Amino acid sequence: MARKKIPVAPDGDTTSASRRDFIKQSSLLTAIALAPGSVIKAAEERWDEKFAGIFEKLPLHLEVNGVKHTLSVEPRVTLLDLLREELQLTGTKKGCDRGQCGACTVHVDGKRVNSCLSLAITNEGKKITTIEGLADGDKLHPMQEAFIKHDGFQCGYCTSGQIMSGVACIKEGHAGSPEEIREFMSGNICRCGAYTNIVKAISEVKQGGMS
Amino acid sequence: MNQFEYIRTTDSKAAIKAMTKTGEAQFLAGGTNLVDLMKMRIVVPDRLIDINPLPLRDIEKTLTGLRIGALASNSEVAEHPLVKKNYPLLSLAINAGASAQLRNMATTGGNMMQRTRCPYFFDVTLPCNKRSPGSGCSALEGYNRMHAIFGASTACIAVNPSDMSVGMATLDAVVHVSGPKGDRSMKFTDFHRLPGNEPQKDNNLLPGELIIAVDLPASRYPQNVAYVKVRDRNSYAFALISVAAALDIRDGIIHTASLGMGGVAHKPWRLTAAEAFLAGKKPVDENFRKAAAISMEGAKAYVLNKFKLTMAPNAIRAALQQAAAKA
Repeated sequence: MARKKIPVAPDGDTTSASRRDFIKQSSLLTAIALAPGSVIKAAEERWDEKFAGIFEKLPLHLEVNGVKHTLSVEPRVTLLDLLREELQLTGTKKGCDRGQCGACTVHVDGKRVNSCLSLAITNEGKKITTIEGLADGDKLHPMQEAFIKHDGFQCGYCTSGQIMSGVACIKEGHAGSPEEIREFMSGNICRCGAYTNIVKAISEVKQGGMS
Repeated sequence: MNQFEYIRTTDSKAAIKAMTKTGEAQFLAGGTNLVDLMKMRIVVPDRLIDINPLPLRDIEKTLTGLRIGALASNSEVAEHPLVKKNYPLLSLAINAGASAQLRNMATTGGNMMQRTRCPYFFDVTLPCNKRSPGSGCSALEGYNRMHAIFGASTACIAVNPSDMSVGMATLDAVVHVSGPKGDRSMKFTDFHRLPGNEPQKDNNLLPGELIIAVDLPASRYPQNVAYVKVRDRNSYAFALISVAAALDIRDGIIHTASLGMGGVAHKPWRLTAAEAFLAGKKPVDENFRKAAAISMEGAKAYVLNKFKLTMAPNAIRAALQQAAAKA
């Protein structure tokens, strides 16, 4: 039997809207109904780039792992949910969803960020790299090889974030010593406690001259 | 997360205008605090104004100092060659906060706007005057281990969580803002405020005002600086106590000292009495002990944060020792 996909709110939020939200949204809807079209409104207000009323989607252009996408997203959708739910790139994990664990780490224009705290719509025109984009075909990235060699994981849930963060840590020039690696990798929490081996893996890739 | 109107603009005047229309609006920069608060339904804006396209990212020399655009990221500031060379205290303070990922996202202005980490501010089922004015302060007789020892009120004993702001305040930075009624500037130390009877106000921005830039004055402390942050784990945790110390030592005498503390008040806490005491003194431990003791005058602790009355002077002393030892 085919699995039916369960619809979820864009941020995975299952809590029901409060009365306050309902009142806010109803009055806003009224306001929008009375207003001229969004485009005219945006022009009048000199919102020269983008405007979306509630319930509207906006176009979004992203390059993800070298592939260009033209998408249509609600402004409240995070980059993490877009990657996982729309683009089916589930290698990027949702841990805390609050910027505290680092499992959702991806690169945006080469810089590591927590995709759970980035609204997708704010990434217009940017280049995203996820764990799926790290390997060169069947050839693993040196950091992926090193994590396997040094057993840098147990359950694996934090691993894609750790690897993305580790690659960036070296690029940033902050992998000069085990102490520096620990400090600059502190945004990636490993509940299994594989830290010692993660530091070894990153050190080895650094010494191997990965730029 | 609630649904909201989304506006993106390249024009700061348009951004400010959008902020002043009816309904609750928020500027969105890095989003590291705001998006989190929206997920928790602590902030439920009708409208988000995405200011990321505004041309406020530059870090540039001024006649005497350095201008940091409000949208310059925390990592761009901390790693900037001129900041590292002339304002190393700011680099240390920024890198003591958050994680590498968050510092890549978070902006200078956004860092200044971050809300407190008081657990009752985050718990929407309990009273909090900052989140819901007039509802009461749960921390006063609650779990107040992380809370203020200076400048608190019976309405609020929360602390400002920013490390960057402690560095900026200690370096005598100046904040430039733009608003519906024009542009104005204020000392960084006047940007954040004490809670008083209006703890819902973290700062002295007027409605619709947008942070444009932060100016650092001519560098006085390129060398003898330290940022000591005491926390529950070695990295990626908010401060129990943090101390920014900067000394201008000439011929074995402290010419001027600048000291700031984090984790102790609703705003970055300058230690002006200790600074005055240290000027003209030798950089020796006896004077550091006295400076630390002077700094604690007027401190008031609550049930669970009494340890801060000991930890704070120890951290001040340690920061002064570290700053003095840098050759």
